[in-house]
Amino acid sequence: MSHLLREQAPITEAGWNLLDDEARERLAPALAARKLVDFSGPRGWGHSATNLGRVESVGDSPDGIDAAQRRVLPLVEVRAPFSVARTELADADRGAEDVELEELDQAAHRLAVAENAAVFNGWGAVGIKGIAESSPHDPIALGEDCERYPRHVAKAVDALRGAGIDGPYGLALGPEAHTNVLETSQHGGYPLLEHLREIVGGPLTWAPGVEGAVVLRVGGGHFLFESGEDLSIGYLDHDVDTVRLYLEETFSFRVATPEAAVALTP
Amino acid sequence: MGFDQYHEPPAELPDRTRTFARLCASLTEEAEAIGWYEQRMAVEPDRDAQAIMRDAQGEEFKHFCMDLEFLLRRTPLWREIAEGILFTEGDIVEHGEEAEEEAVEDEASRGVPVSGSESLGIGDLREATS
Repeated sequence: MSHLLREQAPITEAGWNLLDDEARERLAPALAARKLVDFSGPRGWGHSATNLGRVESVGDSPDGIDAAQRRVLPLVEVRAPFSVARTELADADRGAEDVELEELDQAAHRLAVAENAAVFNGWGAVGIKGIAESSPHDPIALGEDCERYPRHVAKAVDALRGAGIDGPYGLALGPEAHTNVLETSQHGGYPLLEHLREIVGGPLTWAPGVEGAVVLRVGGGHFLFESGEDLSIGYLDHDVDTVRLYLEETFSFRVATPEAAVALTP
Repeated sequence: MGFDQYHEPPAELPDRTRTFARLCASLTEEAEAIGWYEQRMAVEPDRDAQAIMRDAQGEEFKHFCMDLEFLLRRTPLWREIAEGILFTEGDIVEHGEEAEEEAVEDEASRGVPVSGSESLGIGDLREATS
């Protein structure tokens, strides 16, 4: 049995399939970072740290000994608990199509937001520096006027080219900016979304957890997400009415080329 | 373009299984290409032509290994069996039997489904961007 303890839960195989499918369906659209940065792994639950390839000298070494300690970036464990009513699981086994999984949906969203926020904004407490805060380029203000977004994104692309970072580029749009883009057509009815896609020449994605937007080089080893245990559902406990579960993953993130991204502030 | 890598109706298969099947097909093609280059080199008298084919075969070795590594990462049981066989000394068949027995028993004793890990299998989403 793995540490997820799934076999201990009062959930049938069909029930687990339902929960796993629902989680995948809710997570995939929101996991913006995985659509834009380099992903490696999964390396398993037992993988605890990312090798940084660097050392720190040890001051207090025995006489005649030069000692150095390897530097690593520990993976962070993130977990989003949720509950499912046992009656709903029983109904699903009977063939119900409208099973109530609201808490799972919310947990999936929280986890995706946490992952995106760590990658794009950083998470100081666990040693993760985000893409936006690492960028040496001056942030560009998106402003209120959506019709000016193409100009701002083009300016960001120019800044990347000027720094010697060739494409393809991608664009992570925070929820507010993304809604503005979807709602806007430029003169002649041409969708703003398509115009932005042409400017960056790569993926454009909805990125909950991001404020404003980020233009970045896609691929090429500039932004490195390392997965230990990939997103999984585990079992906590249950009573007569409810099963308590959790969504979980372990990961680290590091920026190898800070100049390969430009932040666009709200 | 054919879709021969699917043994079941593709529309009924989950994305993850379709990707798995594509990489299995790719692995097969790389292995075939390695065999074809081996045969061509065996009958080619021109040393320059042979050198080019040797170089091309090296590419196929690389592709085969990348395909294999991807599949092993997605299939913990396959990986565990492979670890008991690959890069070992001695009797290959014996290692194979032992590795299979140990891996399957180990998985069964832990209650792990033989088909793979318990994760949602989301992984890298870069190709799925809309």
